[in-house]
Amino acid sequence: MSIGHAVLLFLIFPGFLFTAVLGLFVSWVDRKVTARVQFRVGPPFYQGFADFFKLLGKETIMPTGASRLFFLGAPLMGLAAVTLASTILIAGMVWPNQSFAGDLIVVFCLLAMPSLAMIMGGAASKNAFASLGASREMKLVLSYELPLILAILVPVIQSGWRLRIGELVNYQVAHGSFAWSVSGAIALLVSILCLQGKLGLVPFDQAEAETEIMGGALIEYSGPPLAMFKLQKAMMLVAMPAFILAVLWGGLGNSISSFILGLAKYLIMIVLVTLIRNTNPRVRIDQVMKFFWGVVSVSGVLAVISAAVGF
Amino acid sequence: MGFLLKMLAKSPWVFHLSCGSCNNCDIEILDLLTPRFDVERFGALLVGSERHADALLVTGAMNRKSAKRLKTVYEQTAKPCLVIAFGACASGQGIFRDSYPMTVPLDEIIPVDVYIPGCPPKPEAMIAGIIKGLQKLKG
Repeated sequence: MSIGHAVLLFLIFPGFLFTAVLGLFVSWVDRKVTARVQFRVGPPFYQGFADFFKLLGKETIMPTGASRLFFLGAPLMGLAAVTLASTILIAGMVWPNQSFAGDLIVVFCLLAMPSLAMIMGGAASKNAFASLGASREMKLVLSYELPLILAILVPVIQSGWRLRIGELVNYQVAHGSFAWSVSGAIALLVSILCLQGKLGLVPFDQAEAETEIMGGALIEYSGPPLAMFKLQKAMMLVAMPAFILAVLWGGLGNSISSFILGLAKYLIMIVLVTLIRNTNPRVRIDQVMKFFWGVVSVSGVLAVISAAVGF
Repeated sequence: MGFLLKMLAKSPWVFHLSCGSCNNCDIEILDLLTPRFDVERFGALLVGSERHADALLVTGAMNRKSAKRLKTVYEQTAKPCLVIAFGACASGQGIFRDSYPMTVPLDEIIPVDVYIPGCPPKPEAMIAGIIKGLQKLKG
Protein backbone atom coordinates (compact mmCIF):
# COMPACT_ATOMS: atom_id res chain seq x y z
CA MET A 1 0.00 0.00 0.00
CA SER A 2 1.48 3.34 -1.02
CA ILE A 3 1.45 6.45 1.16
CA GLY A 4 -1.00 8.19 -1.17
CA HIS A 5 -3.44 5.28 -0.98
CA ALA A 6 -3.21 5.25 2.82
CA VAL A 7 -3.86 9.00 3.02
CA LEU A 8 -6.83 8.58 0.71
CA LEU A 9 -8.17 5.80 2.93
CA PHE A 10 -7.69 7.92 6.04
CA LEU A 11 -9.13 11.19 4.75
CA ILE A 12 -11.85 10.25 2.26
CA PHE A 13 -13.18 6.69 2.38
CA PRO A 14 -13.66 5.00 4.79
CA GLY A 15 -11.94 7.49 7.06
CA PHE A 16 -12.66 11.06 7.96
CA LEU A 17 -15.03 12.36 5.27
CA PHE A 18 -17.20 9.26 4.98
CA THR A 19 -17.51 8.68 8.72
CA ALA A 20 -18.11 12.36 9.49
CA VAL A 21 -20.85 12.78 6.87
CA LEU A 22 -22.53 9.51 7.83
CA GLY A 23 -22.15 10.28 11.54
CA LEU A 24 -23.67 13.76 11.30
CA PHE A 25 -26.53 12.29 9.30
CA VAL A 26 -27.06 9.51 11.86
CA SER A 27 -27.05 12.07 14.67
CA TRP A 28 -30.04 13.57 12.85
CA VAL A 29 -31.72 10.13 12.78
CA ASP A 30 -31.21 9.98 16.54
CA ARG A 31 -32.77 13.40 17.09
CA LYS A 32 -35.61 12.76 14.65
CA VAL A 33 -36.55 9.45 16.29
CA THR A 34 -36.41 11.18 19.69
CA ALA A 35 -38.74 13.89 18.39
CA ARG A 36 -41.19 11.37 16.92
CA VAL A 37 -41.24 9.43 20.20
CA GLN A 38 -42.23 12.67 21.93
CA PHE A 39 -44.87 13.48 19.25
CA ARG A 40 -42.80 16.38 17.90
CA VAL A 41 -41.72 17.14 14.34
CA GLY A 42 -37.99 17.32 14.99
CA PRO A 43 -35.11 19.01 13.18
CA PRO A 44 -34.49 18.97 9.40
CA PHE A 45 -32.07 16.40 7.95
CA TYR A 46 -29.12 18.82 7.68
CA GLN A 47 -29.26 19.70 11.39
CA GLY A 48 -26.02 17.92 12.33
CA PHE A 49 -24.14 19.74 9.56
CA ALA A 50 -25.65 23.10 10.53
CA ASP A 51 -24.60 22.59 14.16
CA PHE A 52 -21.08 21.63 13.13
CA PHE A 53 -20.50 24.53 10.73
CA LYS A 54 -22.08 26.99 13.11
CA LEU A 55 -19.66 26.01 15.86
CA LEU A 56 -16.75 26.46 13.45
CA GLY A 57 -17.73 30.11 13.07
CA LYS A 58 -17.92 30.89 16.77
CA GLU A 59 -15.33 32.38 19.05
CA THR A 60 -12.95 30.05 20.94
CA ILE A 61 -12.67 31.03 24.59
CA MET A 62 -9.72 29.89 26.68
CA PRO A 63 -10.71 29.72 30.35
CA THR A 64 -8.28 31.55 32.63
CA GLY A 65 -5.73 29.19 34.15
CA ALA A 66 -6.53 26.30 31.82
CA SER A 67 -3.75 24.27 30.24
CA ARG A 68 -3.62 25.43 26.62
CA LEU A 69 -1.94 22.29 25.28
CA PHE A 70 -4.35 19.81 26.85
CA PHE A 71 -7.47 21.96 26.50
CA LEU A 72 -7.02 22.40 22.75
CA GLY A 73 -5.17 19.11 22.17
CA ALA A 74 -7.84 16.86 23.67
CA PRO A 75 -10.50 17.32 20.93
CA LEU A 76 -7.84 16.83 18.23
CA MET A 77 -6.64 13.63 19.86
CA GLY A 78 -10.14 12.22 20.17
CA LEU A 79 -11.01 13.11 16.59
CA ALA A 80 -7.80 11.58 15.21
CA ALA A 81 -8.33 8.39 17.23
CA VAL A 82 -11.92 7.85 16.14
CA THR A 83 -10.99 8.61 12.52
CA LEU A 84 -8.20 6.02 12.58
CA ALA A 85 -10.42 3.48 14.32
CA SER A 86 -13.20 3.82 11.77
CA THR A 87 -10.69 3.69 8.88
CA ILE A 88 -9.21 0.38 10.05
CA LEU A 89 -12.59 -1.01 11.03
CA ILE A 90 -14.59 -0.17 7.92
CA ALA A 91 -11.70 -1.05 5.63
CA GLY A 92 -11.61 -4.41 7.42
CA MET A 93 -15.31 -4.86 6.74
CA VAL A 94 -15.21 -3.81 3.10
CA TRP A 95 -11.88 -5.42 2.12
CA PRO A 96 -11.58 -8.29 4.65
CA ASN A 97 -8.48 -9.81 3.07
CA GLN A 98 -6.34 -6.71 3.48
CA SER A 99 -6.56 -6.24 7.25
CA PHE A 100 -3.47 -6.75 9.42
CA ALA A 101 -2.97 -9.12 12.37
CA GLY A 102 -4.25 -7.82 15.68
CA ASP A 103 -6.31 -4.95 14.27
CA LEU A 104 -9.17 -6.01 16.55
CA ILE A 105 -7.08 -4.97 19.55
CA VAL A 106 -5.93 -1.75 17.86
CA VAL A 107 -9.51 -0.72 17.04
CA PHE A 108 -10.68 -1.61 20.52
CA CYS A 109 -8.01 0.61 22.08
CA LEU A 110 -8.61 3.46 19.63
CA LEU A 111 -12.33 3.38 20.41
CA ALA A 112 -11.49 4.06 24.06
CA MET A 113 -9.58 7.24 23.12
CA PRO A 114 -12.57 9.62 22.67
CA SER A 115 -13.53 9.02 26.31
CA LEU A 116 -9.93 9.69 27.33
CA ALA A 117 -10.05 12.91 25.29
CA MET A 118 -13.15 13.96 27.22
CA ILE A 119 -11.39 13.23 30.51
CA MET A 120 -8.30 15.15 29.38
CA GLY A 121 -10.26 18.15 28.14
CA GLY A 122 -12.51 18.25 31.17
CA ALA A 123 -9.64 18.01 33.62
CA ALA A 124 -7.66 20.68 31.74
CA SER A 125 -10.42 23.29 31.62
CA LYS A 126 -10.15 24.35 35.29
CA ASN A 127 -13.81 24.22 36.11
CA ALA A 128 -15.38 22.36 39.02
CA PHE A 129 -18.21 20.98 36.89
CA ALA A 130 -15.81 19.92 34.15
CA SER A 131 -13.66 18.07 36.70
CA LEU A 132 -16.75 16.36 38.03
CA GLY A 133 -17.71 15.39 34.47
CA ALA A 134 -14.21 14.08 33.83
CA SER A 135 -14.25 11.97 36.98
CA ARG A 136 -17.64 10.55 36.05
CA GLU A 137 -16.40 9.77 32.54
CA MET A 138 -13.48 7.92 34.12
CA LYS A 139 -15.86 5.79 36.19
CA LEU A 140 -17.99 5.15 33.11
CA VAL A 141 -14.94 3.94 31.16
CA LEU A 142 -14.00 1.65 34.05
CA SER A 143 -17.57 0.32 34.10
CA TYR A 144 -18.21 -0.55 30.46
CA GLU A 145 -14.79 -1.58 29.19
CA LEU A 146 -14.72 -4.86 31.15
CA PRO A 147 -18.02 -6.30 29.84
CA LEU A 148 -17.19 -5.04 26.34
CA ILE A 149 -13.89 -6.93 26.36
CA LEU A 150 -15.72 -10.06 27.53
CA ALA A 151 -18.29 -9.66 24.74
CA ILE A 152 -15.56 -9.21 22.10
CA LEU A 153 -13.76 -12.28 23.47
CA VAL A 154 -16.71 -14.50 22.46
CA PRO A 155 -16.23 -14.29 18.65
CA VAL A 156 -12.47 -14.57 19.14
CA ILE A 157 -12.91 -17.86 21.03
CA GLN A 158 -15.60 -19.17 18.67
CA SER A 159 -13.46 -18.55 15.60
CA GLY A 160 -10.45 -20.28 17.14
CA TRP A 161 -8.50 -17.27 18.48
CA ARG A 162 -8.55 -15.09 15.39
CA LEU A 163 -7.66 -11.47 16.14
CA ARG A 164 -8.16 -9.94 12.69
CA ILE A 165 -11.38 -8.10 11.91
CA GLY A 166 -11.14 -9.33 8.31
CA GLU A 167 -10.82 -12.95 9.42
CA LEU A 168 -13.76 -12.62 11.80
CA VAL A 169 -15.84 -11.13 8.97
CA ASN A 170 -14.81 -13.95 6.60
CA TYR A 171 -15.51 -16.56 9.27
CA GLN A 172 -19.04 -15.21 9.66
CA VAL A 173 -19.58 -15.22 5.89
CA ALA A 174 -18.64 -18.91 5.87
CA HIS A 175 -20.30 -20.09 9.12
CA GLY A 176 -23.09 -17.58 9.76
CA SER A 177 -23.10 -14.75 12.26
CA PHE A 178 -21.85 -15.33 15.82
CA ALA A 179 -25.04 -13.83 17.20
CA TRP A 180 -27.00 -16.98 16.28
CA SER A 181 -25.20 -19.05 18.93
CA VAL A 182 -26.12 -18.87 22.64
CA SER A 183 -22.87 -17.22 23.68
CA GLY A 184 -22.99 -14.84 20.69
CA ALA A 185 -26.55 -13.73 21.50
CA ILE A 186 -25.60 -12.94 25.11
CA ALA A 187 -22.47 -11.13 23.89
CA LEU A 188 -24.55 -9.06 21.47
CA LEU A 189 -26.91 -7.96 24.24
CA VAL A 190 -23.98 -7.11 26.51
CA SER A 191 -22.22 -5.15 23.79
CA ILE A 192 -25.35 -3.14 22.94
CA LEU A 193 -25.60 -2.11 26.61
CA CYS A 194 -21.92 -1.14 26.51
CA LEU A 195 -22.61 0.76 23.27
CA GLN A 196 -25.13 2.87 25.16
CA GLY A 197 -22.49 3.70 27.76
CA LYS A 198 -19.78 4.28 25.21
CA LEU A 199 -21.89 6.74 23.23
CA GLY A 200 -22.69 8.56 26.47
CA LEU A 201 -26.45 8.45 25.98
CA VAL A 202 -29.11 8.41 28.73
CA PRO A 203 -29.21 6.45 31.11
CA PHE A 204 -25.39 6.59 31.01
CA ASP A 205 -24.81 10.28 30.22
CA GLN A 206 -23.61 11.24 33.70
CA ALA A 207 -20.42 12.76 32.27
CA GLU A 208 -22.30 15.53 30.46
CA ALA A 209 -25.54 15.67 32.39
CA GLU A 210 -26.98 18.99 31.30
CA THR A 211 -29.47 19.41 34.10
CA GLU A 212 -27.11 18.71 37.00
CA ILE A 213 -23.56 19.57 35.93
CA MET A 214 -24.41 21.82 32.96
CA GLY A 215 -22.57 20.04 30.19
CA GLY A 216 -19.97 18.37 32.39
CA ALA A 217 -16.60 17.88 30.77
CA LEU A 218 -17.61 20.08 27.81
CA ILE A 219 -18.82 23.03 29.90
CA GLU A 220 -15.90 25.36 29.05
CA TYR A 221 -15.64 24.42 25.38
CA SER A 222 -16.88 26.80 22.69
CA GLY A 223 -16.42 27.26 18.97
CA PRO A 224 -14.23 24.90 16.90
CA PRO A 225 -13.01 22.69 19.81
CA LEU A 226 -16.63 22.05 20.78
CA ALA A 227 -17.40 21.35 17.11
CA MET A 228 -14.64 18.73 17.16
CA PHE A 229 -16.09 17.08 20.24
CA LYS A 230 -19.55 17.02 18.65
CA LEU A 231 -18.12 15.60 15.43
CA GLN A 232 -16.25 12.97 17.39
CA LYS A 233 -19.47 11.95 19.13
CA ALA A 234 -21.23 11.75 15.77
CA MET A 235 -18.41 9.62 14.33
CA MET A 236 -18.63 7.29 17.32
CA LEU A 237 -22.26 6.76 16.28
CA VAL A 238 -20.81 5.17 13.13
CA ALA A 239 -17.71 3.46 14.50
CA MET A 240 -19.10 1.76 17.60
CA PRO A 241 -22.18 0.06 16.03
CA ALA A 242 -20.03 -0.86 13.02
CA PHE A 243 -17.55 -2.52 15.37
CA ILE A 244 -20.30 -4.63 16.97
CA LEU A 245 -21.75 -5.36 13.53
CA ALA A 246 -18.37 -6.51 12.18
CA VAL A 247 -17.22 -8.73 15.00
CA LEU A 248 -20.51 -10.09 16.36
CA TRP A 249 -23.45 -9.66 14.06
CA GLY A 250 -22.31 -10.84 10.64
CA GLY A 251 -20.62 -7.78 9.14
CA LEU A 252 -21.63 -6.67 5.67
CA GLY A 253 -21.20 -10.08 3.98
CA ASN A 254 -20.27 -10.45 0.34
CA SER A 255 -23.54 -10.03 -1.56
CA ILE A 256 -25.89 -7.10 -2.11
CA SER A 257 -28.67 -8.63 -0.01
CA SER A 258 -26.33 -9.22 2.93
CA PHE A 259 -25.01 -5.67 2.54
CA ILE A 260 -28.55 -4.29 2.83
CA LEU A 261 -29.15 -6.63 5.78
CA GLY A 262 -26.00 -5.26 7.42
CA LEU A 263 -27.18 -1.67 6.96
CA ALA A 264 -30.57 -2.65 8.42
CA LYS A 265 -28.83 -4.17 11.46
CA TYR A 266 -26.84 -0.96 11.86
CA LEU A 267 -30.03 1.14 11.77
CA ILE A 268 -31.71 -1.23 14.24
CA MET A 269 -28.83 -0.67 16.66
CA ILE A 270 -29.09 3.13 16.29
CA VAL A 271 -32.86 3.14 16.78
CA LEU A 272 -32.53 0.76 19.72
CA VAL A 273 -30.07 2.99 21.59
CA THR A 274 -32.26 6.01 20.80
CA LEU A 275 -35.32 4.27 22.20
CA ILE A 276 -33.42 3.17 25.32
CA ARG A 277 -32.30 6.77 25.78
CA ASN A 278 -35.83 8.08 25.47
CA THR A 279 -37.47 5.66 27.85
CA ASN A 280 -35.00 5.71 30.72
CA PRO A 281 -34.03 8.30 33.32
CA ARG A 282 -30.39 9.11 34.08
CA VAL A 283 -29.10 6.88 36.89
CA ARG A 284 -26.49 7.67 39.52
CA ILE A 285 -22.86 6.91 38.74
CA ASP A 286 -22.61 4.26 41.47
CA GLN A 287 -25.69 2.55 40.02
CA VAL A 288 -23.97 2.50 36.63
CA MET A 289 -20.90 0.78 38.09
CA LYS A 290 -23.05 -1.70 39.97
CA PHE A 291 -25.03 -2.45 36.81
CA PHE A 292 -22.04 -2.94 34.51
CA TRP A 293 -19.85 -4.80 36.99
CA GLY A 294 -22.77 -6.85 38.26
CA VAL A 295 -25.39 -8.13 35.83
CA VAL A 296 -23.64 -7.17 32.60
CA SER A 297 -20.18 -8.47 33.47
CA VAL A 298 -21.59 -11.70 34.88
CA SER A 299 -23.52 -12.23 31.64
CA GLY A 300 -20.30 -11.52 29.75
CA VAL A 301 -18.42 -14.15 31.78
CA LEU A 302 -21.23 -16.64 31.14
CA ALA A 303 -21.02 -15.89 27.42
CA VAL A 304 -17.26 -16.45 27.42
CA ILE A 305 -17.65 -19.76 29.33
CA SER A 306 -20.36 -21.01 27.00
CA ALA A 307 -18.25 -20.00 23.99
CA ALA A 308 -15.30 -21.93 25.47
CA VAL A 309 -17.39 -25.11 25.88
CA GLY A 310 -18.73 -24.75 22.37
CA PHE A 311 -22.23 -23.24 22.49
CA MET B 1 -18.28 34.19 7.19
CA GLY B 2 -21.61 34.53 5.41
CA PHE B 3 -22.08 30.76 5.19
CA LEU B 4 -21.21 30.18 8.85
CA LEU B 5 -23.62 32.93 9.97
CA LYS B 6 -26.32 31.31 7.85
CA MET B 7 -25.64 28.06 9.67
CA LEU B 8 -25.90 29.95 12.98
CA ALA B 9 -29.42 30.95 12.00
CA LYS B 10 -30.18 27.27 11.35
CA SER B 11 -29.07 26.05 14.76
CA PRO B 12 -29.54 28.64 17.52
CA TRP B 13 -28.65 27.14 20.90
CA VAL B 14 -30.33 29.05 23.67
CA PHE B 15 -29.08 29.64 27.20
CA HIS B 16 -31.80 30.73 29.58
CA LEU B 17 -30.88 33.21 32.30
CA SER B 18 -33.32 34.31 34.97
CA CYS B 19 -32.48 37.70 36.50
CA GLY B 20 -34.98 38.01 39.28
CA SER B 21 -38.13 37.11 37.40
CA CYS B 22 -41.34 35.84 38.98
CA ASN B 23 -40.77 32.48 37.21
CA ASN B 24 -43.80 32.90 34.98
CA CYS B 25 -41.65 33.62 31.91
CA ASP B 26 -39.28 30.78 32.86
CA ILE B 27 -42.14 28.31 32.85
CA GLU B 28 -43.58 29.67 29.61
CA ILE B 29 -40.26 29.07 27.82
CA LEU B 30 -40.83 25.33 28.28
CA ASP B 31 -43.89 25.65 26.04
CA LEU B 32 -41.51 26.00 23.13
CA LEU B 33 -40.22 22.46 23.66
CA THR B 34 -43.66 20.84 23.67
CA PRO B 35 -45.14 19.00 20.65
CA ARG B 36 -47.45 21.90 19.83
CA PHE B 37 -44.71 24.50 19.24
CA ASP B 38 -41.50 22.41 18.98
CA VAL B 39 -38.71 24.90 18.24
CA GLU B 40 -36.34 22.01 17.44
CA ARG B 41 -37.91 22.28 13.96
CA PHE B 42 -35.68 25.36 13.57
CA GLY B 43 -32.73 23.61 15.20
CA ALA B 44 -33.07 25.47 18.48
CA LEU B 45 -31.98 23.69 21.65
CA LEU B 46 -31.75 24.69 25.30
CA VAL B 47 -28.13 24.23 26.40
CA GLY B 48 -26.68 23.88 29.87
CA SER B 49 -23.58 26.04 29.53
CA GLU B 50 -23.33 29.67 28.42
CA ARG B 51 -20.17 28.83 26.45
CA HIS B 52 -22.32 26.81 24.03
CA ALA B 53 -24.96 29.51 23.65
CA ASP B 54 -25.84 31.44 20.50
CA ALA B 55 -28.67 33.32 22.15
CA LEU B 56 -29.03 34.53 25.71
CA LEU B 57 -32.67 34.49 26.78
CA VAL B 58 -32.94 36.90 29.71
CA THR B 59 -36.03 37.04 31.90
CA GLY B 60 -36.67 39.23 34.93
CA ALA B 61 -36.26 42.81 36.03
CA MET B 62 -32.52 43.10 36.88
CA ASN B 63 -32.21 43.38 40.63
CA ARG B 64 -28.96 44.37 42.34
CA LYS B 65 -27.73 40.80 42.81
CA SER B 66 -28.46 39.49 39.34
CA ALA B 67 -27.29 42.48 37.26
CA LYS B 68 -23.64 41.76 38.12
CA ARG B 69 -24.05 38.07 37.29
CA LEU B 70 -25.75 38.95 34.02
CA LYS B 71 -22.71 40.95 32.96
CA THR B 72 -20.38 38.08 33.83
CA VAL B 73 -22.49 35.56 31.94
CA TYR B 74 -22.66 37.82 28.89
CA GLU B 75 -18.86 38.15 28.89
CA GLN B 76 -18.55 34.36 29.14
CA THR B 77 -20.58 33.63 26.02
CA ALA B 78 -18.85 32.93 22.72
CA LYS B 79 -19.61 35.68 20.20
CA PRO B 80 -21.60 36.16 18.00
CA CYS B 81 -24.36 35.84 20.57
CA LEU B 82 -27.86 37.29 20.44
CA VAL B 83 -29.42 38.79 23.55
CA ILE B 84 -33.17 38.43 23.81
CA ALA B 85 -35.08 40.45 26.41
CA PHE B 86 -37.91 38.15 27.30
CA GLY B 87 -41.11 39.50 28.84
CA ALA B 88 -42.25 42.87 30.11
CA CYS B 89 -39.76 42.94 33.01
CA ALA B 90 -36.66 42.29 30.92
CA SER B 91 -37.83 44.69 28.22
CA GLY B 92 -38.49 47.63 30.53
CA GLN B 93 -38.68 46.43 34.14
CA GLY B 94 -42.49 46.19 33.95
CA ILE B 95 -44.35 46.62 37.20
CA PHE B 96 -41.08 46.60 39.19
CA ARG B 97 -39.86 49.85 37.63
CA ASP B 98 -39.50 51.99 40.77
CA SER B 99 -39.03 49.15 43.19
CA TYR B 100 -36.13 49.51 45.67
CA PRO B 101 -33.98 46.44 44.76
CA MET B 102 -34.00 47.18 41.03
CA THR B 103 -31.13 48.64 39.03
CA VAL B 104 -31.41 49.86 35.44
CA PRO B 105 -33.24 48.06 32.60
CA LEU B 106 -31.51 45.22 30.77
CA ASP B 107 -30.63 47.20 27.65
CA GLU B 108 -28.62 49.69 29.70
CA ILE B 109 -26.39 46.86 30.99
CA ILE B 110 -25.72 44.80 27.84
CA PRO B 111 -26.71 45.35 24.18
CA VAL B 112 -30.11 43.79 23.47
CA ASP B 113 -31.03 42.54 19.97
CA VAL B 114 -34.66 41.54 20.35
CA TYR B 115 -37.45 42.51 22.73
CA ILE B 116 -40.35 40.13 23.28
CA PRO B 117 -43.12 41.93 25.20
CA GLY B 118 -45.83 40.25 27.21
CA CYS B 119 -46.42 39.11 30.75
CA PRO B 120 -45.62 36.37 29.95
CA PRO B 121 -45.29 36.42 26.13
CA LYS B 122 -47.34 33.92 24.15
CA PRO B 123 -45.40 31.05 22.55
CA GLU B 124 -46.19 32.44 19.07
CA ALA B 125 -44.66 35.76 20.12
CA MET B 126 -41.54 33.98 21.41
CA ILE B 127 -41.04 32.09 18.13
CA ALA B 128 -41.60 35.31 16.15
CA GLY B 129 -39.04 37.09 18.33
CA ILE B 130 -36.38 34.41 17.98
CA ILE B 131 -36.84 34.27 14.20
CA LYS B 132 -36.58 38.08 13.99
CA GLY B 133 -33.35 37.97 15.96
CA LEU B 134 -31.89 35.35 13.64
CA GLN B 135 -32.84 37.35 10.57
CA LYS B 136 -31.20 40.40 12.08
CA LEU B 137 -28.06 38.34 12.59
CA LYS B 138 -28.03 37.29 8.93
CA GLY B 139 -28.27 40.98 8.01
